[in-house]
Amino acid sequence: MYGLTRYKLLFLLPGLLILLGIILFPLGFTIRVSFSGWDAARPGLDWIGGTNYSRLFADGRFWESLSRLGAIAFTSVILEYLLGFALALLVWRQVRFRRLTRVLFLIPMMTTPVVMAVIWRTIFHESLGPANDLLSLLGMGSIPWLTNSFWATVVVILVDVWQWTPFMFLLLLAGLLSLPREPFLAAAIDGAGPIRTFFNVTFPAMAPISVGALIIRLIEASKIMETVYVITSGGPGTSTETSSYYIFIRGLRDFQIGYAAALSVTYLVIMIVLLTIIAKSLSRYLVKNGA
Amino acid sequence: MKTRVLISAVSMFALISSSTTFASEDYAARFGIENDVPGMCSYASIDAKDYSGQTLNIITHAIPVMGEPTALHAKQFEELTGATVNVVHVPFGDLFQRIMIPFQTGQNAYDVLFYGSLWIGDLNPYLAPVPEKYRNSPGMQDVTRNYIDVATWDDQMIQYPVDGDRHYLKYRTDIFENPDMQARFKSETGRDLTVPATWEEYNEVARVFSGWDWSGDGNLNYGSAEVAKRDDLMFSAFISRAAAYAKHPNVKGGFFFDLETMEPQINNPGFVKGLELFVEASRDWAPGGANFGLGDEIFAFGGGQALMSYSWDDAFIQAQQEDSPIRNQVAAAPLPGASEVWNRDTGQWDSFDEPSRAPYITWGWTSAVSDRSENKEMAFDYLCFFSNEANTESDLQIGRFGVNPYRESHFDSAFWTDKLGWDADLATSYVETLSGMDSSQNRVFDLRVPGVSQFMSSMATGVASAIAGQATPQEALDGVAAEWKQIVDRIGVDTVREAYARVVALEDNQ
Repeated sequence: MYGLTRYKLLFLLPGLLILLGIILFPLGFTIRVSFSGWDAARPGLDWIGGTNYSRLFADGRFWESLSRLGAIAFTSVILEYLLGFALALLVWRQVRFRRLTRVLFLIPMMTTPVVMAVIWRTIFHESLGPANDLLSLLGMGSIPWLTNSFWATVVVILVDVWQWTPFMFLLLLAGLLSLPREPFLAAAIDGAGPIRTFFNVTFPAMAPISVGALIIRLIEASKIMETVYVITSGGPGTSTETSSYYIFIRGLRDFQIGYAAALSVTYLVIMIVLLTIIAKSLSRYLVKNGA
Repeated sequence: MKTRVLISAVSMFALISSSTTFASEDYAARFGIENDVPGMCSYASIDAKDYSGQTLNIITHAIPVMGEPTALHAKQFEELTGATVNVVHVPFGDLFQRIMIPFQTGQNAYDVLFYGSLWIGDLNPYLAPVPEKYRNSPGMQDVTRNYIDVATWDDQMIQYPVDGDRHYLKYRTDIFENPDMQARFKSETGRDLTVPATWEEYNEVARVFSGWDWSGDGNLNYGSAEVAKRDDLMFSAFISRAAAYAKHPNVKGGFFFDLETMEPQINNPGFVKGLELFVEASRDWAPGGANFGLGDEIFAFGGGQALMSYSWDDAFIQAQQEDSPIRNQVAAAPLPGASEVWNRDTGQWDSFDEPSRAPYITWGWTSAVSDRSENKEMAFDYLCFFSNEANTESDLQIGRFGVNPYRESHFDSAFWTDKLGWDADLATSYVETLSGMDSSQNRVFDLRVPGVSQFMSSMATGVASAIAGQATPQEALDGVAAEWKQIVDRIGVDTVREAYARVVALEDNQ
């Protein structure tokens, strides 16, 4: 018995060590770096205690970027959920076109974010891009897509929605296809119309999958970076600067490695706490109430 | 006996002459250069070296700007010497950290580095001084004072000049010299249309020529295209504008800081005036102009949409491409100046009869050899070869390479007319503008101190917030000044002062 346990441990050990190496070491190293003053002028891992963390609490630009990120992430994920759900419902019964639709919807998700961001930047170029050309053809005035704070935020959300709605669609479509048929038959026998069936049967049955999809997307959306980097560079001013872009600026542009590490650790802690609360709340209200 | 010796000598001379001629023609045919110019860095001299079995590692910018000539000359160097040359291309945003991290962690990753010259304040501890024999080479002796200054740290040359950069004004001569345009401008402003001598004039010309089709191609045109995107080199555009108001020709001891107290000057009335005019100009930019990076600026001026622009050479070279619709319809001029300049010694504005100009010797591409390199001789030979007369002459003619005039011999207008077919007036305006910056006694250099990226990033954020209307120019620059104080405190006031003293020495012509 003892020998069997030992063999199990021996076989598990390489995997565990690799796991520790690729997950825990970078995290531990980042935490250590966050207590150093490593920058262009002071190389290496000196010890400056909590200086970076106290600086961080007074750094208004970081907290603004965090709240901006929250607004952008929530808005885009909710839009992606609504659109993805609507599209999944549309093709749910259309078995003939399901394969084609899936392929078509996979395209935005499969493209490289940076490349797509460059294309979107060209589309929204205010004097040369087709977006304003189209508006002028329709007799409408030009929109300052990238030089107005509101519109620049809209563009960032729009690009994220374009890229990630297919993910939501595929996940929700898979959920819909896995639903048992009996509740729908019962609803039909009871004379429930499509809207009532949706709110009383489909939506509650889809609640666990919806919560999973929303959380996965929120985690991903909270790291939004490529779109901001390529399309707006955080501008105009700082109006589209998100936390990850701000950390990138501090770490790799300004070369404040220690401070950027402190920002990253703080950001990680905030995200874990927030996403845990959101996941629990969603589970409580959607899954329990729906079930 | 004497006759035999004479015959032998003549034969030897003839043989050497013929082989030299043959070799020179051979290099021209093999490598696409015009002529190999004899010297220690020539094709023939480098061909005589044997670096077989040795490896040279180079880090440079992405293709094409500087990356393409680096790779081209690396391949040629390999062919000539038998060395193995590895070239790593990195986007500009990643270049600093890709160079710095190996240095800080004690690795010997690269022998040769190509990077922005303003990083000398951070990189100087890791760079090898240029040996005397290279400093004494004819090519190096021909480098202008500005770029020798840019390459020097602590009286030692540690950067190898391969490019010359500065900001200057570019404008459309066909519009400025058009009587109809002149009449329209006069009727709107009450004064003659002249090449702007101050930034107020620049903004006025830009305003009058914005939002209508003055080129007659059916598309709207605009007065000015400027690099205004926050993280896309906008800080350099702001320095160009603010220098005229904040760099007083008679005030010594610092432009960005007061060297004595290390008090930031970035929020003094001169800089604020520069930013106010930058914000004012933004109202007349093309749609999306506030999001223009360097590429957009090049395209807007070089493509004929904008009447004027100011930054590096690229837009000018783009306008002069063979297929450009505005080829030979452009000219160069010094950056506009200011009639009133802030005097931080007296705390007053001083008036000037002739606008005071402060040429901005902005950062550009430079190169260096790592102090940790085990192949320094080969590394310097590569840089020497990269910038030999034949290669430089060829590289100057290819706009996308990003190699711009930096030697006295490059300021011969005949080169630009003969080789590139530029009009004589245009070529003259170009070389006179560029060479004139060298002789100025009121030059502004980059803030070449440790942590320069932090200072510039902070400044760009402040300027961008003013342009976006998130803060007034004064509020924005007050915020920048407060952040600069924190950066100085973090890096160490003495460290920054010691480095900044070298910049001040250049600006004060010491």
